[in-house]
Amino acid sequence: MKSGSQLEKILTAGHFAFTGELGPPRGANVEAIKKKAAPLKDMVDSVNITDNQTAVVRMSSWAASLFAIAEGLEPNFQMVCRDRNRLAMQGDILGAYAHGIRNMLCLSGDHQQFGDHPQSKGVFDIDSMQLITMVKDMRDEGKFLNGQEIDDPPKMFIGAAANPFAEPFDWRVYRLAKKVQAGADFIQTQCVFNMERMREWVKQANDMGLTEKVYILAGVTPMKSLGMARYMKSKVPGMDVPDYIIDRLKGVDKKEQANEGIKIACEQIEEFKEMKGVAGVHLMAIEWEHKVPEIAERAGVLPRPKV
Amino acid sequence: MIVAERKSFAEIKEMIEGYKKVLVVGCGTCVAVCLAGGEKEVGVLAAELKLSNKGSSDPAGFGEATVQRQCDMEFLDELKDIVGEYDALLSMACGAGIQFLAERYPEIPVFPAVNTTFIGVNKDVGWYEERCKACGSCVLGMTGGICPVTMCAKSLFNGPCGGTNHKSCEINKDQPCAWYMIYERLAKQGRLENILKISPPNDWRNTKPQTLIQPGYEERKAAAE
Ligand code: SF4
Repeated sequence: MKSGSQLEKILTAGHFAFTGELGPPRGANVEAIKKKAAPLKDMVDSVNITDNQTAVVRMSSWAASLFAIAEGLEPNFQMVCRDRNRLAMQGDILGAYAHGIRNMLCLSGDHQQFGDHPQSKGVFDIDSMQLITMVKDMRDEGKFLNGQEIDDPPKMFIGAAANPFAEPFDWRVYRLAKKVQAGADFIQTQCVFNMERMREWVKQANDMGLTEKVYILAGVTPMKSLGMARYMKSKVPGMDVPDYIIDRLKGVDKKEQANEGIKIACEQIEEFKEMKGVAGVHLMAIEWEHKVPEIAERAGVLPRPKV
Repeated sequence: MIVAERKSFAEIKEMIEGYKKVLVVGCGTCVAVCLAGGEKEVGVLAAELKLSNKGSSDPAGFGEATVQRQCDMEFLDELKDIVGEYDALLSMACGAGIQFLAERYPEIPVFPAVNTTFIGVNKDVGWYEERCKACGSCVLGMTGGICPVTMCAKSLFNGPCGGTNHKSCEINKDQPCAWYMIYERLAKQGRLENILKISPPNDWRNTKPQTLIQPGYEERKAAAE
C-alpha cells in the first residue's frame, strides 16, 4: 500500500470506486460542513474537498478535510497551484498527512480572474504535473522538492485530473500519460457528458497501457435542470455538453428535469461499470449533496464495500 | 521593447500638486517607439499641464526635455545644467529609466508619468503585445518559440490545461491558448517529443533584484566600485 487510504484499498481490491465532492463553506461555518457531510456518509469511498474552488475564498481544503474526517468521511484533499508556492504546498502536505489525510488531488486551479479576488496575484510557482511528482517524491523518496530529506515523509495516494474533452483532442491521452509518468495513482476526469469522446479516450488509454498503471474515475455530474445544462455547455470552459443531453432535458416536463438528469447520470454510471479501463466514478453533485444517497441507490453502487 | 502607457491626467496632476516648476522628461527609446513617453508625448503632456494651469492665480511652470535613454547615466548627465531650475521631475520613461533618473538627481523628487506594463512586440502602430516576463530561464527552444510563462495565463510548463476552450485560453475567448499554439507548432515541426517529457519546476530568477556582468567586464565593475 502506498498510503493505506480507503480509496486505495477499494481500488487495489478491484472494487468499482465511488467518490463524492464537498465544497467548504464561505466562512467558518462548521455546521454547514456537517450538513453537507451527513448525506455522504457510507455512500462514497472518499470525498473531494475542494480548494478555493472557482478561485473563490472558502475555508481551506485541509481544514475542511479534518472536519470531514470527524464526520466519518475519508477526504480527498484537493490542492491547486494558484494560491501557494512550493514552500507552502509542502508545508500543507506535511500538516495534512500528520492529521490523517491520505488522499490528495493535484490541480492547476481555475484562474483567479474568475473568482472573487480577480486582482490577486496567481502564484503558479509549480504546475499540476510538477506537483504530482513533488508529492510522489515526498512519499517514495522521502525528499522535499529541493532533494533534502524529510523526517517522517507524508504518504499520500496521489490523484490528478484529466479532461478528455478539451482541445487538442489528440493530445489528451498523452497528457494523461504524462500525469501517470509524473506519479499519479488515480485520475478523476472532468464531468463526462459526451460519452462517445469518453469511450474513445479510455480506449486510447487502454491501448497505451495506461489503465494498467492508473485508476481512472469517470466524472459524473447530474444535471439539475435544463438551465444548468445550457450554462455548462456555453459558460464553463473545457466542458463538452452534447446537444442530445440538452434535448433529453428539454423533452421532459420542467418538474421532471432533475429526475431526468439523475436518470442520465445513472445510465452513464451503468456504462462505466462495464467499461474496460474505468475503475470507478467520481460524482460531482454540485450543491446537491443531499441527493447523493438517492443517486447512489439508483446507480446500484450500494452498499459500499468494506475493505 | 519595454511597453508603457501614460497614467491618467488626473493622477499625474495630483502627484505633482504643489510643485511650482516641473520638468517633464521623456525617453527616446522604448517608450518613444510605443508612443507613451517620447519627445512627442512629452510635448503633449506639457501642453496639457500648461493648459490646466490657465487662469490659476499662482500658475506652475513646466519645462520639457527628452534624452535618448533614461536607463543610461551618460544621457542623464545631459540634464545636469537645467534640473537645478526645477523642484520636481516628471519622468515618462519605463520604471528602470525613472529610477535611474531619481538616482542621478537624488535631491529632486521624481514622479512617474507612465505605468510600465510589459516587454512586448509591435503588432501595428499603437498596438503592442506582451511576449516576455524576463523569468531568467528561457525555455523557448523546447516550446517552439512560444513562451509558456508569458503567454499561458497560469504559466504552466506542462500544458495545455483542461480549460482550453476551442483553441482559446479559459480566461478569455480572445486570448489564444499558449499551449494549444505550442502543440500545433511543434506538431508541424515534428517535434512533439519535446513536450512528451515532463518539464521540471522553473528556477524563478526574477523574484529578487538582479545584476548581470557580461563575461570580460568583471574587472571594469570592480574598478568602478
Ligand atoms: S487554457 Fe491554455 S493558456 Fe490558458 S491557462 Fe490553460 S494551458 Fe494556459
